[in-house]
Formats: sequence, structure tokens, C-alpha cells
Amino acid sequence: MTPRYDGIVIGGGVNGLVAATVLARAGRKILLLERRDGIGGQVRSTEFAPGFKSAALTGDAGWLPSGVVRAVRLAVPELVLPEATLAVRADEREWLVLSRDLGRSAETIRRYSARDAQAWAGFCTRLAKHAGFLAALYQLPPPDIDAARPGELLPLLGLAWKLRGLGRRDMVELLRTVPLAVQELLDDEFESEPLKAAIAASAIRELRQGPRSGGTAFGLLHSQVGAAPGAIRGSGYWKAGPDALAAALAAAARTSGVEIRAGAEVAAVLAREDRVTGVALAHGEEIQSPVVLSSLDPARTLLGLVDPVWLDPEFLLAVRNIKFRGSVVKVSYALDALPDFAGLPGGSTDLTGTLSLSGSLLELERAADAAKYGRISERPHVEVQLPSLRWPDLAPSGKHVLVAHAQWAPFRLRNGSWDAETREALGDRISQTIEQAAPGFGALVREREVLTPADLAQRYGLTEGALNHGEMGLDQILFMRPVAGAARYAMPLSGLYLCGAGAHPGYGSSGGPGWLAAKRVLSDV
Amino acid sequence: MLKTTPFHSRTAPLVQGQAWRRWAGYMVASAYELLHEREYAAIRNSAALLDVSPLYKYLVTGPDAVRLLDRMVTRNVTKCGLNQVMYTTWCDVRGKVIDDGTISRLGERQFRLTSAEPNLRWLSLNAAGLDAAIEEVSERIGALALQGPLSRAILAQLCDADLAGLKYFRLLQTTARGIPLTISRTGYTGDLGFELWVDASRAVELWDLLVQAGTAYGITPAGIWALDLARIEAGLVMLDVDYHSAQHALIPAQESSPLELGLEWTVSWDKGPYNGRSALRAERERGAAWRLAGLAVDWESLESLYREVGLPPQLPGIAWRTSVPVYRGGRQIGYASSGCWSPLLKQFLALAHLQAPHFAPGTPVRFELTVEHRRLQADARVVKLPFYDPARKRA
Amino acid sequence: MPQRYDAILIGGGHNALVAAAYLARAGRRVVVLERRPLVGGAAVTEEIFPGFKFSVFSYVVSLLRPEIIRDLELPRHGLQILPLESTVVPLDNGDHLGLWSDPDQSRRELARHSPLDAEAAPLFGRLMHHMAMAVKPILAMVPPDPTSLAPSDLRGMLRFAGHFRSLGAERFHALHKLMTMASADYLDEWFELDCLKATKAASGIIGTFLGPRSPGSAYVLLHHYMGEIDGAFRAWGFQKGGTGAISEAIASAARAAGAEIRTEAPVERVLVRNGRATGVALGSGEELAAPVVVSGLDPRRTFLELVDRALLPEDVVTAIERFKFRGSSGKVNLALSELPNFSCLPGPGPHLRGAISISPSVDYLERAYDDAKYGEFSREPYMDVAIPSMIDPGMAPPGKHVLSAFVQYAPYQLNGGWSDARREAFGDAVVNTLARYAPNLPGAIIGRQVITPVDIERITGLSEGNIFQGELALSQLFFLRPLPAWASYRTPIRGYWQCGAGTHPGGGIMGASGRLAALEILKGSRA
Repeated sequence: MTPRYDGIVIGGGVNGLVAATVLARAGRKILLLERRDGIGGQVRSTEFAPGFKSAALTGDAGWLPSGVVRAVRLAVPELVLPEATLAVRADEREWLVLSRDLGRSAETIRRYSARDAQAWAGFCTRLAKHAGFLAALYQLPPPDIDAARPGELLPLLGLAWKLRGLGRRDMVELLRTVPLAVQELLDDEFESEPLKAAIAASAIRELRQGPRSGGTAFGLLHSQVGAAPGAIRGSGYWKAGPDALAAALAAAARTSGVEIRAGAEVAAVLAREDRVTGVALAHGEEIQSPVVLSSLDPARTLLGLVDPVWLDPEFLLAVRNIKFRGSVVKVSYALDALPDFAGLPGGSTDLTGTLSLSGSLLELERAADAAKYGRISERPHVEVQLPSLRWPDLAPSGKHVLVAHAQWAPFRLRNGSWDAETREALGDRISQTIEQAAPGFGALVREREVLTPADLAQRYGLTEGALNHGEMGLDQILFMRPVAGAARYAMPLSGLYLCGAGAHPGYGSSGGPGWLAAKRVLSDV
Repeated sequence: MLKTTPFHSRTAPLVQGQAWRRWAGYMVASAYELLHEREYAAIRNSAALLDVSPLYKYLVTGPDAVRLLDRMVTRNVTKCGLNQVMYTTWCDVRGKVIDDGTISRLGERQFRLTSAEPNLRWLSLNAAGLDAAIEEVSERIGALALQGPLSRAILAQLCDADLAGLKYFRLLQTTARGIPLTISRTGYTGDLGFELWVDASRAVELWDLLVQAGTAYGITPAGIWALDLARIEAGLVMLDVDYHSAQHALIPAQESSPLELGLEWTVSWDKGPYNGRSALRAERERGAAWRLAGLAVDWESLESLYREVGLPPQLPGIAWRTSVPVYRGGRQIGYASSGCWSPLLKQFLALAHLQAPHFAPGTPVRFELTVEHRRLQADARVVKLPFYDPARKRA
Repeated sequence: MPQRYDAILIGGGHNALVAAAYLARAGRRVVVLERRPLVGGAAVTEEIFPGFKFSVFSYVVSLLRPEIIRDLELPRHGLQILPLESTVVPLDNGDHLGLWSDPDQSRRELARHSPLDAEAAPLFGRLMHHMAMAVKPILAMVPPDPTSLAPSDLRGMLRFAGHFRSLGAERFHALHKLMTMASADYLDEWFELDCLKATKAASGIIGTFLGPRSPGSAYVLLHHYMGEIDGAFRAWGFQKGGTGAISEAIASAARAAGAEIRTEAPVERVLVRNGRATGVALGSGEELAAPVVVSGLDPRRTFLELVDRALLPEDVVTAIERFKFRGSSGKVNLALSELPNFSCLPGPGPHLRGAISISPSVDYLERAYDDAKYGEFSREPYMDVAIPSMIDPGMAPPGKHVLSAFVQYAPYQLNGGWSDARREAFGDAVVNTLARYAPNLPGAIIGRQVITPVDIERITGLSEGNIFQGELALSQLFFLRPLPAWASYRTPIRGYWQCGAGTHPGGGIMGASGRLAALEILKGSRA
């Protein structure tokens, strides 16, 4: 007889750990199952070449909502906030470096446009205000249009009040901004191309669209949630290492009494009489529990783990219609020495942030065009980080790790497939792009690991290699996430909950979905 | 142009009054003769030959064929034996009927589903994640209904199969003078009868054979008007006439559950999960708010309404399909969706949707009747369906 | 002493004419001032070549509000809309996709390409029906100011919010998707047939500077369905005599109600005294006085050209400067010696009485957009082609024909700018593209008129040649059209009103902006 649990959490990433901890802290007996042999999911670092490690997917700390910290009594690891957050390559020997400090950024911007320098602080303040509104929205369950319980209407009224509290000008601006293309927003504000490109690159990360697509201005707001005004890509990093958050969360989970089993792949969610009864593991073992929370993405959970006969065909259609469209490639490079990014003024101190190699909106847009037709960008948009500057342990002494994030390389290729040849050809293309910004880079490369969307899908169990568990577009957020009518964590199979980034508030909020999903479970059972 | 059925070259010359109508994008005969009365009479007295090819037909095959159908429809398909046919409804997740039709088990992993409306999309949605293939064979298969007391005798002329042993809602595969054929003991008339399923390329041959063999037995090609009278007498509902598909209804009030249609017998309460199960269970728990029932209009009452204006009763010769209000105690408690003067029962009959609790057999109600441009009410009472149920149907 | 009126309307487009008619019917002394020799704005019929008449710019009607038709008794004044039978899409493989008015015929044709889509089409239609029902009350609402605490605006916002709540979750969610998605993505959820998706998506990009794969383009899909819920059996049609005859009918209704209409009377500026509009000054120097001045021009002209921008708050000026026009479509009008012979459906046939849509695939449309995005006209553009002389033989000499091609994309901001040579090159691209599907076409052309966004701007005055007086994008709809706080047809200058398509709901030959503005003006003057 296998032990009985009050709840099983599938997946040991940040959201799974948070959900498990919140439930365990409420006295529930919780089992967390992780397919891979270590927990941490996307925030976990791996050795990709002998002696070289990288956290290929998330180098930055991201936004950790205060509600999550409180709910799991998290001992928040120490954060480092580098001054230079984002440098964009303006041309062959010119970089525009944005800093945490509004004034300092304005000074840099002034070299390109005095008008833009003047507008910078105002723009950043407004952006932060708008992002602040989103942050509030992201710490509540998604609004329910059919809200039956009066208690649920109160936080919504609070939000409406907060929206009004933005003031007339900002409120209108927010309403107008959200559906805009980020390029339209930026064209209204600025004239300097590198500046616009730097900001736009944040808006289109992990989206299939380019900066001229509608709704990408929302992408910008979303990327700034939790950030200080002007800190574009400025969430900083964990001082102790890329795995610090996973370790802290795992510690919190264990302290709370969560039982964690790694190397335990769930093959199916079991059900009887329209209710969840537990899970079956890949090796055949069955574990009983009336509640199952899945932090896997909605398609993996609902199409992959649940016998379709338990679910409404229309609902399953809606799940199949979720836009994942992973089109990001991650490349980890093992380097013999620090590359020389020609012309970067601060030298290595500017290298602890993010470097974006696309200096104009046009480059971004052209790179995005290919994805619309199911092709890989001829000239991909590449951003790089040098994690070994943050954490020297990641590489042998004197050696370095460079992680490149490139777009666009669609999971579904119209012609061809993601075989080794395609993968390495793309790797070469990315290397060449870096070579242009850092002459001599190629000679420093000892080894590289290219993770295409197909590899990401495979290694991390992500549908279509989508890191975000479904694009964060206006039609897939709030009450539309993961699908309309099932946005409040409870799935249409009684006892099954979604607690990963595929649920509100989605990708970019560390532990937010896990926390809110656990709260939902506590109010249900 | 509308589509024509595989039998068109034979049926077209017979349509004396050019009385055609649309059925699922096909043109079919409303009546062959100028009056449809003899065609109806053949259904009840000899044998009528009806071209029912416009029915939608799907072949469902594969290891999960049973699971697919069972999760889709309300009947328990796991209990459907080889060569058995089941009439069933299927619902959406809210337990509202999408369509009704028959499921024939042609093989261990092979079924044929017939339906009134196209269901390829719904079948495909239900099949997602299951190992089953769906093939639409509507145009590939011609379908004839041979209905009437002498239908068995006619078929016996043409094939050696054990027709006497073919039970109600069973099928057999055979050949008729070399034409491969599936014969099911099914129909839409409530009488003894068979439906014949033949490859479209052999359709005309089969028609000719049947007509030839049946002439001595009074075989009569019959159109939709005759069929409509028979199916109302048999208490059989028709999609888009007596109810609307949940997929096409514009408002919830236009939708019906199987319970509301009096088809509770097609709903299995103890089988595995299927679309609408929890909704139907809940509905059974609280009792259906509506029910489709038979109405028989009181002849004296009807006659007196006409007599008042100096007329004998004026009733249409074909079935009507307009909504007619039904009252009780001065309040509208439902509506009739189709009805007819039954030539056999000599009664004015209707199929009506009645609110609870007014659908118990014997309940007296008032039926709206327009007599010389005035809306009046005649007495009627609720009767159990079917109105007409001859023993030979099952025997 | 200037001539005095109760209200002056600037511009003789259909919205201003509608507003004038409503005001005149309410007993106001009204004058409409039109710069050109004929009224109609972008809805005009002109004989470009002897014997050949064209709806020069806008060419089909679907959305003209039925209440306007009834209120103004437009059929008495010559309105007669003839049904458009079908949409046929020639495909690159020599086949075609036909969408016919008869449901059985349409289903059969669709099933020939995709049985699944044939089934999905009516379900999609049902959803669109519901969405149109959901949107219709909003079209008839004067947009409230969401930031205002004035009781009327709060009431308006509550009504607005209440309306959405009353839809129920399912329809609200569906509407949300429609408002936020890309038309191609939206259609992907319903259909598998690429040419069908492309043809439907095409209606989502008309008049916008978005590609079918850009979020925000799905909303315009609804326009196709809006007409149908108004009890019109067929939504799309041609006006007998061209769209100019619609303008004439409205003008005639306005005149019958006592309105004065002056053509060749360009307004130079709006006269403002002490923050109040007092009248207008004409190009001729003549001045007319009225306590109510209504501009039917687009927001840029209304706010930044007709009045001194110094009279307006700075944020209003900024907002109007940011209002997006970006005209993206052109028009090619052809006089033909014979009917085009489409290879996919050779010879004459019912398809020539309907629309021919050059939209063979979503990629095709997207590529057309990519050209325009980078400042070129589409080498192979999307086209909505019609042969009005097939429906209304009076449009061309007997046996001859007129063909109208609405063409997208043709960006207003062309690399290097539009010139006569570029215009003709654009015309060539259109004719060459059409010739791929109807090879006899080039030889049949007796006259060709090519209209670029710059021409639209020059002739009709529409800024950047945008046919909707400003893009129909989510950031420019409802209380954001043309700008927040001034979406209720008023302007910061008392007595100065707006009634063009640049106000809610805008777009197409609807007349709704003109009607709502007139009703709002009448409400104001009663109070």
C-alpha cells in the first residue's frame, strides 16, 4: 500500500516548490515529484562542458513577489544589483549603456539625443507606475467576470481604485499603451534608434512577434514588473549563485515538511468518477492523493497526463489552441578568456549586465519576420550575458562562460526539422553575430552547447520549447490564462490544479502561480 | 446546384410533381406521386422504398474506436455487440443534445455512425488523444430504407441471409444478386423495416433489383412527406424540427437535453465518463424541466371549433413543422414542434415540449388552432409515445 | 454682417451630411460647407472616363446604420443597395475557393477543400453573431470619459462595465480574444484551410497598418458580421449608382429637412472668441456665424488645422499628434472593354457579380504587409475586386465594364515618396497581379485610374490617406477615439464639435458618428 498524501505536486521548479511549501505550511501532507534528478527546473544550473556550468535559461533574479516570500517564509538569498543593467550595441564601436541610475542613463543617452535624455526619467517613471499596477494585478487571483462570491469583488474594486489612483493622465496612458506595438510607443517618446532597440528587446523576449506587432507594449510593461524605475533588465542576480533561489525554496519546502522525490517522472494523472485519485509514475508505481497540482505547462498537463475522456473536447481544443510558439535559442559557450566587446566603455563592469547586439528596431523586426513564416532568422537577435563574471565558480580559473539568448528560431520549422545540422548551423550564425561585436570571440570558444526550442522541449519538458508555458500576450493573461473559463487554477477535472507559469500571473513572476494556486487549493479543500 | 444522391437517376423520373426539397445539401423527393397518400399507405401496408442517402455517415475504426464513441454518446457503447445497432443521442459538456443517430458495430474495432448533421468536427475533437480513425463515408454509401410489413418478404427474394432471424436493431452483411450489402433492421417509420447500405457505385443496380423483386409486393417509392407522417406516428424526433443542436442554438432556451426530449432511455447512468455526464446526472437528480410528449387533439372539440364557422375540420394532408402554443389553466405550458393528421389512427397528433409537471400521460391541455384566421384552442391530452407501435416492428 | 446659422458643418462627407440631416430635422438652421464641387468626401461617384462611372474611393456598403436609413427615409431619396452575391478567391494552383450566399452551396464548396472547415464555418458564424450582438450596443453609445468623476461619465462607465458583465463569462472571454488577438491566430483556432483564413483575415487588416499575424487585427473581422444582425438579409452590397449616390441620398434628405449645402466652399478656419466657437471663415474670406460648429474632418484637421493649437490644452495637442493615420491602402479603377476571364472559373458566371478576393494564403497577406512595413507598396498586394457594372449596368456603357480594386498595402510613407512614376508602378503591380488570375485583363483595359494614399489625401483631405480617418486599432477605439475625455464629440472649445469617422465608432460608410454627434449636440442645446 503506497502512502496517501493530501496533495501531490508535479514538477520541482520554482512554482512547484512554492505551491508545495504553501500547502505544507497549512498542515497538508504534500509529495513533490520531479522528473529530473535535481530540483529547480528552469532556474537550475547544469554543467554543459567539463568544468563549465551555466544556468542557461535564467541568469537574472527576476521578480520575486513579496506575497510569495511571505507565504513560504523564504529566506531570500542576497541580491546583487549591478549598476550597468543593459548595454546595446549602437554600431561597430559604440555601446549605449543603461544604468540603474536614471541620471546616469540620461547622460549616456544624451550622446545620441538630447531630447531622449530629457524624456528618459519621465518615461521610466511612467513605465514603473504602469508596471506597478500590473504587479498589484499579479498578486491577486485573476479577475472573474462572473464573480459569484462578493469577497472576490473587493480586491477588484481595490484594483479599479488603484487604476484611478494612477491619476487621469497615467490611467489613460495605460489604457492606450497596453494594445500598442512597442515600436509605436517608443516612436512617440524617443528618436534614438539604439535606445529604442534596447527597450524593445525587453518587450519581445520570448514572443514570436517583433516590435511592430500590436500588444508588444504590454510585453514591455510586463518585463518591468518589480523593477525599479529605469532599471531595464535590472532585477540583478543572486549573489550565492544561479541556484540560490532553488536552494532556498527547497530548504523552505523541506522545513515545511514537503516530501521531495527527484527522478520520479509522472506518466499519468489518475481519475475515477470525475475526480482525481492520484498519479502513476513512469515506472508503474501509483500514488494516491485527492489533489494533484501540476507545475508543468498546460498542454503537458492536460494533453499529456490526463486521459482525454475525463475532459470536455471543447476544453481540450482550447488547450491545444494555446499559443506556445517557442522561438528562443540558448547557447552556452565555454571560453578560454573574457571576450573583448569592442568599445564597451566600462569594460568588464558593464559586462555583468545584459548586452543586446541589435542596435535598431529594424534589425529586431527583420529578425522576427522569419518566424512568421516558420523560418529561422537569417540574422538572429542575440543578447549575451557573462555569468562567470557574476559567479567565478562557474568556470575554471581564468576561463569564462557566455550565455547567448537568440531569437527567432521557431519550434515548428516550415521546412526541415531540428536535426543536429540545423542546430549547429544556427549556433554558427549566433557565434558570428557575437564575433562581430567581440572580434576574436570565435577563437576563445572551447565548447558550446546549443539549446534549440526542440532541445528545450526535450530537456525541460516544455511544450514547443516555450519557456513561458504559453506566450504572455494580451489574449493569454489574467482570466485567459491558461484558457478562458479555467483561469483560476482548478481544472475541469475535480482535484486537478495548475500551478505553473501557464497559470496567472504567468511567466516572469517567481512563484506567483504556485502561491496563488496553493491558496486556491486551500480554499477548496 | 444541390447534390444528388446515388439513386438520383432512378428517382428523378418518378417525381411527378417536381416536388423536391433540400435535405443536407441534397435534393430529395418530397413525394413521387402528386399526392403522397399512397406512399404513406405503403409504409403501413406493403413496402415503401425511401432514399435516405443524405444521412451523414462516418466510419470509426481503431483500437480506441469503442472508447471514442463511448466518451462521445450517451449510450453505453461498450455493450454494443458485433452486428448490433444502437440509437443514441450525443451531448455537449452541459448535457445538451448535439445530434442523434445510430451506431452500428461492423467489426470488433469498426463502427458506423449516422447523424442528421455533419459531425466530423465533433468526432475529431472527441478523438483527440485517442487511437481511432474517422472517415466520412456519406457520399460513398447509398442508403435505402425499405419499410413496411412486406419488406422482409421482398428482401428474401434477393438474398439468402437469415432475414427472419435478424432481430430488431441488428444488422447483417450479405450480397443481393452479387451486390455487397449491409442490411440493418432499423428505420424511421416505427414499422417492420430495414435499411440497406450499399456502395454508391452499385446503388442503381440495387434500386432496380428491389423494384423488380418488390413489384409483386406493392413496393412503392416514398418521399419525405410520407416518411414524416410515419415518424410522427412512431414518436420519433427530428433534428431542427423538434429540437435544435446545442452547437447551433443561439440561446440556451433553444437547447434540449436527452431527458427533455423523452430520450432518457438512451442515457446510460452507470457507464464511464462521457460528454455531459455530470450535467445529466444533476438534471436527473432535480428532474427535467421539460419533456417531449405526444398530444392527441380531442376530435369533438376540434370539430366544434370548425362547426362554429360552418366548416368541416380543415387539416393539412402533410405533417406541419411550425411551433404551436400549448396551454393549461390559461397559461402557456409548452409548444408543439410538429404534428399531423394520422391517416391510420384517425387522430390529430403532435409532438410537444411541455413544462413539468404537465407532461404526465392523461394530462388535459389546450392546443392552439387557427380556424378561419382566428386563434382558438381545442382540447387535447398528453399521450404516451409512440402513438403507433405495431408488434411486427420488433417481432 | 456674416450670415447666421444654428450650426455649421465643415466637410460634406457622409457623416457630416447625416449630422446635418438630423440637426435640420430637429428644426436647426444648418449649412454644410464642402471644399469640392461635389459632396460625399470619400463616398463619391465620378465619371473618370467618358461613360464609365466609379465609386472612386469607398466602394461597398455594409454598415450604414439601418436606423439612419429609416430616420432619414433614405430609400425615398435614392438609396438602393444591391446585394453582393459571393466572394471568390482564385488560388495559385488554378483552383478557387467560393463563399456563396446559399449555405448549402457554401458548405459544399468548403467541404471540397476541407470538410472540417465546412463544419466549423457555421459555428464560427454563430460566434461572430454573438460577438456582433455584444458590440452593437457599444456602437450606439456615446463614449464616457473613464477618468472623469462626473455623474454622467460614471453612469456611462457603469453602463459600459454592466454591458460586459451581462454578456456572461463565455462571451466576454470570446470578445476579449477578438479584441486582442491577431486575426490569423484567431482564425487558426477555427479553420485549417489557409485560403479561407487568408480571405477572412483580409477583412481584419483593411484600413489598418497591421499584418494578419499582428495582435489587434482580429477585431475588424467583426465588421463583416455587424450588418447581419440588423435584420439585413445580406450585409454587403453595392449602392446603385455607386457610393456617391449614398452621399447624394443623404444630402437630399438633409436638403429636404431644410439644410443648406454649399459646395466649393472650403473652410479656412474656425472662428473662436473667448474659448467659444462663433463661426467659420471661408477660403474666399467670407465669414459665417453659428454657435455650433461641427467638423466632419479627421481629428488632425479638426484639432490642429482648423483651430489655432494654442487654444487647446497641451495634452490634447500631443494626443492628436500621436493619433495614428498611416494610410495603407490604395485603389485602382479600371474601365474595361470586356469582362475579366478568370482562369479558375473561365467565362462569365455568378462569381463576377460578387467580390473577387486576391488573398490566396495568410503568408501572401503577411508578405504584402512586410513590403509595406519597410516602406514599399506590396509587390503582390491583397485586393478586393468588384465589377460594379455587373450588378448595376448603368455604371458603364453597354457591354463594357468597370472594375474596382481595393488594394492593400500601399503605405502613405513610401521610401523616397510617391511620384507619378511610383504611382504607375503601383498600378502595374496591381494589374500584373490580377493578370496572373485573369490573363485577358491587361488587354481589356481602356482606362486606368490609380489612387495612392497621397492621392486620397490630396483629393479628399483625409490625413495620410487613411480611409477611416485614423486607424481602427484598439488604442484608438471607443473612449480613445480620437482621444480620451474628448470622445463624446465635443472638443475643448465650447460650441466646436466633431462628427467624422475619427470619432466613435468610426470606419466605413456607417454614419453612426454623424448621428451620435448630432444627437449629442441636440441634447446639449436643449439643456
